[in-house]
Amino acid sequence: MAELHLNIGTIAALPKAQLDTILSRLREKGYRTVGPRIRDDAVVCGPIAGLADLPQGLTSVENAGQYRIVPSGNKRYFDITPGAQSWKQFFFPPRVSLFTARKNGNWNVEKPSEPAPQIAMIGVRPCDIAAIKIQDMAFMRDDFTDPLYRDRRKNAFLVAVNCLHPGGTCFCDSMGTGPKAGGDFDLALTELDDVFILEIGSEAGKEIVKGMPLQPADASLQQKADQGLAAAREKMGRRMDVRDLPDLILKNLNHPEWEAVAKRCMSCASCTLVCPTCFCWDTQDHTSLDGNETERERVWDSCFNPGFSYQAGGNTRPNTRSRYRQWLSHKLGSWKEQYGVLGCVGCGRCITWCPVKIDITEQVAALRKEARS
Amino acid sequence: MTTLVATNRPAAVSSEDLLSPSWAEVVDIKQEIEKTGTVWLRFKDPALQKAYTFAPGQFNMLFLPGYGEAAISICSDGEKRDTIGHTVRFVGNVTNAISRLKAGDTIGLRGPFGTHWPIEQLEGKDILLAAGGIGLPPLRPVIYHILRHRAKFGKVILLYGARTPSDLLYTAEFEEWRKADIDIQVTVDRADDTWKGQVGVVPLLFYRYRFDAAKTAVMTCGPEIMIRFVVFEALARRIPADQIFVSLERNMKCGQGSCGHCQLGPFFVCKDGPVFPFSAIEPYFSVEEF
Repeated sequence: MAELHLNIGTIAALPKAQLDTILSRLREKGYRTVGPRIRDDAVVCGPIAGLADLPQGLTSVENAGQYRIVPSGNKRYFDITPGAQSWKQFFFPPRVSLFTARKNGNWNVEKPSEPAPQIAMIGVRPCDIAAIKIQDMAFMRDDFTDPLYRDRRKNAFLVAVNCLHPGGTCFCDSMGTGPKAGGDFDLALTELDDVFILEIGSEAGKEIVKGMPLQPADASLQQKADQGLAAAREKMGRRMDVRDLPDLILKNLNHPEWEAVAKRCMSCASCTLVCPTCFCWDTQDHTSLDGNETERERVWDSCFNPGFSYQAGGNTRPNTRSRYRQWLSHKLGSWKEQYGVLGCVGCGRCITWCPVKIDITEQVAALRKEARS
Repeated sequence: MTTLVATNRPAAVSSEDLLSPSWAEVVDIKQEIEKTGTVWLRFKDPALQKAYTFAPGQFNMLFLPGYGEAAISICSDGEKRDTIGHTVRFVGNVTNAISRLKAGDTIGLRGPFGTHWPIEQLEGKDILLAAGGIGLPPLRPVIYHILRHRAKFGKVILLYGARTPSDLLYTAEFEEWRKADIDIQVTVDRADDTWKGQVGVVPLLFYRYRFDAAKTAVMTCGPEIMIRFVVFEALARRIPADQIFVSLERNMKCGQGSCGHCQLGPFFVCKDGPVFPFSAIEPYFSVEEF
């Protein structure tokens, strides 16, 4: 067997059973291997010891306010799109300690000392890679880098999976983030019926697969993968016309549609929690009864929460109309000026998990009607 | 939209430590008017106190364990580096707890944060300061700067308004400021028996003056409704929108444009503000509840 010369960008055929080897090698290097697992009839990010833990033969059906897991009719492991959870929980934990202030004669500040976890993320979709890159821009800026985020991000190993089976609320093709990962992974997999096509994305990725029985991916395999990706683009459950974003939003901040959507929106914050790019956070101080110890935690916050814009002078955004407008006009509008990209990657989670079926792609279309340009 | 250049962070304030406080001692707390007082702080670490600098218009996050944290602008003279002053209106949980502090007590401090009044770029200009109520403290460091460099500025006018005569801050200093040729006009919304001055809102005071629009810079801080009308009066007199500087208030938690609370369109008020040239925020400032 000819030894395949491995480099960043090398593409090879990986027998499916070999994914177990990759996982065990990652664990040997100290990574916790985390990937798609079924819990309570939904996909969550859970511990993955091997192939047996993956949701083989299953797929998900999504629509606005709807999510079901059904048999896929094949034996693939990654035909199921992500559930409500995104990977942001591992870099930007929903609840994390910032410091503890303790009075022992004098007041002191102690910062959490445990090292950031080392997590290998298995099955990161191209949209979610794009989302991670977007959160990188928010948490690792030139003028301020969040140490908690940075340490977790630095420690991660990303195994991407290209999407051959997009969900009913997916629109990554419109946002230019998928269905194929363009980079920023350590390893990427494209799953065909009997083999993975593996792409090496980094030195760390190369190190993990070194010495494994990799075969060159012949042209017919690559063709199958390309056909699958082309078909996936056609099968996107949603589309979003992004041509005139962010201007469409920022020039229509008084559009009647904001009032209309506010009549349906419950300000429940679901969309911001499932969104893989939403980065807003709040602080909570927890104080001991004797008052000598206060722990400050950082928790996820949402622009839909009434307290989000509350200050002594009153509430800047006192109603659902202004809060929904803040969310959408940030995500698809002012985000671009802040970070140079839109804040939406087309993962569709906010559509799937909205209890009242508000659909971000429909909202953009509705704004376009009677829009001022 | 161009905002102001970020103010340099003092080298002693580590960027890794911006999310946790340093401890300061309350040197003095002085009641100014009803429900408003000035708390004077000094870092417990003398090296940090020595290295700590701020520019006029910046703010600190003041932290009282068990009560929480609040964004308070710095009201003291940036050149007097032995203590840091904050005039606080006692309205909420944290600020009421601050009102009960005594000299010798400990308080947490993070900062300084935000942009500053670009006073160093405004030399040679006529300066119009317009403040309402608790909007005067963030402007006081500018006044101290002007007092120290008075010859570098043209006419200097302070328009100041409060609800009633007993709500006026820093009146004991007005005489000294006037001696330095700062024209101070004071107005109140509601007069009492003792009041012999002007009654009405701050923007009305504009009618007393003729401005050399091309040579005038405006700095304003106060209730948002007052800022709106001050800007309106300034623009009506052809003062350019990029020479009108406003300091805005928003809910703030982190102080470095990370937590997202203080957003106004593309801006994080804590990082890109609180001081903005009006030209930058104009498209968003006019949108209600934005």
